[in-house]
Amino acid sequence: MPQGVNAAEEPTGIEIEKDLTIPKLFHRQAKRFGEGRVAMREKEFGIWRPVTWRDYFENVKYLALGLVKLGLKKGDKVSMIGDNRPEGLWAEMAAVCAGGVGVWLFQDSLIDEVKYIIDHSDSKFLFGETQEEVDKALSIIRECPKLKKIIWDDPKGMRNYRQDCLISLDEVRELGQELDREQPTLFDRLVQEGHGDDLALLFYTSGTTSLPKGALLSHNNMLTMGKHLMEVDPCLSTDDYVSYLPFAWIGEQMMSISCGLQIGYTINFPEGPGTAPENIREIGPHVMFAPPRMWEQMTRTVQVKYLDATWTKRKCFEAASRIGYHVADMRFKKKRIPWYWSALDKLSKVCVQNKIKDHLGLTNVRNAYTGGAAMGPDHFRFFHSLGVNLKQIYGQTEVAGISVVHRSGDIKFDTVGHPIPGTEVKITPEGEIITRSSSVFLGYYKNPSATAKALRDGWLYSDDKGFVDDDGHLVVFDRTKDVFTLRDGKPFSPQYLETRLKFSPYITDSWVIGDKRDFITAVLCIDYAVVGKWADDKKLNYTSYQELSQKPEVYDLIEKQIAQANQDLPVTAKVKKFTNLYKTLDPDDDELTRTRKLRRAFVEKRYQEIVDALYSDAETVHIDTTIKYEDGRESRIRTDMQIRKVKA
Amino acid sequence: MNGSHERGIGEVLLELQEVSMHFGKVRALADVNLKIRKGEIHSVIGPNGAGKTVMMNVISGLYRPQKGDIHYKGRRINHLKPNERACIGISRTFQKVEVFGGMTVLDNIRLGRHIHLKSGILSGALYFGKTAREEIEHRAFIEQEIIDFLEIEQLRHKPVGMLPYGLQKRVELGRALALEPELLILDEPLAGLNLEETEDMARFIIDINEEKRWRVTCLLVEHDMGVVMDLSDRVFVLNFGNMIMDGTPAEVQSSPEVIKAYLGEEELYATRG
Repeated sequence: MPQGVNAAEEPTGIEIEKDLTIPKLFHRQAKRFGEGRVAMREKEFGIWRPVTWRDYFENVKYLALGLVKLGLKKGDKVSMIGDNRPEGLWAEMAAVCAGGVGVWLFQDSLIDEVKYIIDHSDSKFLFGETQEEVDKALSIIRECPKLKKIIWDDPKGMRNYRQDCLISLDEVRELGQELDREQPTLFDRLVQEGHGDDLALLFYTSGTTSLPKGALLSHNNMLTMGKHLMEVDPCLSTDDYVSYLPFAWIGEQMMSISCGLQIGYTINFPEGPGTAPENIREIGPHVMFAPPRMWEQMTRTVQVKYLDATWTKRKCFEAASRIGYHVADMRFKKKRIPWYWSALDKLSKVCVQNKIKDHLGLTNVRNAYTGGAAMGPDHFRFFHSLGVNLKQIYGQTEVAGISVVHRSGDIKFDTVGHPIPGTEVKITPEGEIITRSSSVFLGYYKNPSATAKALRDGWLYSDDKGFVDDDGHLVVFDRTKDVFTLRDGKPFSPQYLETRLKFSPYITDSWVIGDKRDFITAVLCIDYAVVGKWADDKKLNYTSYQELSQKPEVYDLIEKQIAQANQDLPVTAKVKKFTNLYKTLDPDDDELTRTRKLRRAFVEKRYQEIVDALYSDAETVHIDTTIKYEDGRESRIRTDMQIRKVKA
Repeated sequence: MNGSHERGIGEVLLELQEVSMHFGKVRALADVNLKIRKGEIHSVIGPNGAGKTVMMNVISGLYRPQKGDIHYKGRRINHLKPNERACIGISRTFQKVEVFGGMTVLDNIRLGRHIHLKSGILSGALYFGKTAREEIEHRAFIEQEIIDFLEIEQLRHKPVGMLPYGLQKRVELGRALALEPELLILDEPLAGLNLEETEDMARFIIDINEEKRWRVTCLLVEHDMGVVMDLSDRVFVLNFGNMIMDGTPAEVQSSPEVIKAYLGEEELYATRG
């Protein structure tokens, strides 16, 4: 990848005037970069294929005109669903350029979720990718009368579909070309219309408690977000970014649209969701933004490989980690690093950590961010010990991305850093975090009461509890409603303990219970692959996740992991009892949000019997439940879950 | 099955005439007659030991029948070896996967492409001109028509032996398709697959048969009656080496003889899910 461009040579960012819109900026950048610069790359059929800014522009132009020809009017909503791919971004940009409003859906949304969002957003068009999305759309179109056209782009399996509401991406493009021949100046006119305060995107937040709410974001919200973030950590136009997280997640929009469009770095799309880690390694991105679960997954990969490695390799890794952790801790404490430590650090980086970084695709990363949910300090320290400049961010859909971020060299792993430029963050007397900036959203779509609650006098009320520490760093405690009261009356964040438990490679998900109770308990989901491998090595037989999770040996293993997490926690906050859940927590079962946050109230209700058993003298809890699959089939599950006390 | 006109079901592609095969005193096939028309999915069903796999081995050339003729596109092919039959467009998968476990997915599939490589040892060693062009063409074919089609991008460089059974079956199908066959013999492609894998595989079979790019005639041996009845244009019923009947799925399902011989008990007819 090209490197070595001095930041000073780069345009130091773009002035965001009030009337600047995403289409205007897109038009300007496409003209500026033209054919000579690669806007995006997609790995297809095993080869990275470039898309120049000119290709990008033409695709967007004809798609936009095609939508106009199909009847798109200013302010109409255009929904999109599908994996990350250039066509997805073109569709979004085309919708916005034509004066429409973009709405993204999570690729794995179930039919009910698709129906709710399409109907609630009043979408007129839906861009799908394959037969799968078309099937979803066709099954709801009768209940969503406002939906006029479904656009698909992968012809596989589409040979027998002849419905009038279907149209292919190529046909839309052709309609656009036709319209362009009739009215050659139309596209430019459309682009020049519009004002920065106009609505650009409608983003549905993954509600942990209720139905998703649609956050209205203006062009100005999005553009100022990118500008403010890049004032803290400048990006270069020669940078590479890999877009593999759902476009329906605001973090991905911030990187691909807000930052990508302003600086013009190359956005790379992996071949498929399964090849993302491999493709990230091939690209070696310079900037990365991922939710904690991706970082947790990377940590787990390293931990598992470590367990599998030969004795010599393990010892080398242990020695290098010890040095890495020590130096990282000195940096966290802002101590001067003595020359011999920095020499040792260099040596261990060259011999061990750089190789690991290479395998994770982190070699070129200048700034890496995590956000969207809490991440444990253990994971955080782990990446810093590798020499990855991982920073915590704090943000939400309602500020078009982020509002608070760590600065390089000033990182504390229990905080989220300082507000980005142009952003004020305050703590209300009740301890709630509130934000004011040009990126604060316009309100919730068709939900004035929620809007009035979230937006007061220009301030965005987050419903998160937090405080500012002595160094001026913001500390996010937890969602207000999630904060526990311990036996001794102290407040306690269950998320903190959950992330600690998840540092064990054997645990994928954890759910901590104990608000206003005598002690803390936990329900854990084992990692099937890692525990399965462990069981194979121990010659334990099992046939399913359910069986494996209930093996006494697995309980012993998990108990050890909990004992480790319990270390140096106050007595009242230690996990006293736990059980292994017979299945993993799943967004399809409403147990997690699409961004994989635990829906605490829901699981507590759903697994009431487990909670009761944890707080009784029972040694097992009997489960007899019916699981309903997406296609309507049902299967009955009967099992006994053990309840295990953690030995002090 | 609708759309048979669109798929251009027409002339006879493969014909077995009075084929008999015995091993010692065991008669595995007794005067079997079968006509497979271009473009159709023709299934062979029958209880265990009915002689289905023998029939497939006779068609693909692993066994030589003692009696009877096999015609492919009007040409008698009794004397052709399996590799020669592959060259004229007959390809197959096996009941128990027969992949090269130590080789990568890509190499297994490339192997299926081997018969289409035209350049010789010398130009292969020097690697210029036609050889290089040929390799690019074959690479494009494998990537676009097989890897993308079977959705195995993430597995390209994995050794096949490391993959779960369902994916091994998929790789085997990929290798069979790499031959660009006109007739594809699928010997129990769904055996041992879970529900999701079964659905995927059934979809691939429909696509191979219907998609304009492929339009491959399929000879399917399968025990999963639900899939057989849904997918097939015709069903051939075999019992103890004898043909019981050859008809449309509806005819087969309502034939008392078939029900007696094979579907007999009701549970047997129960389909998955």
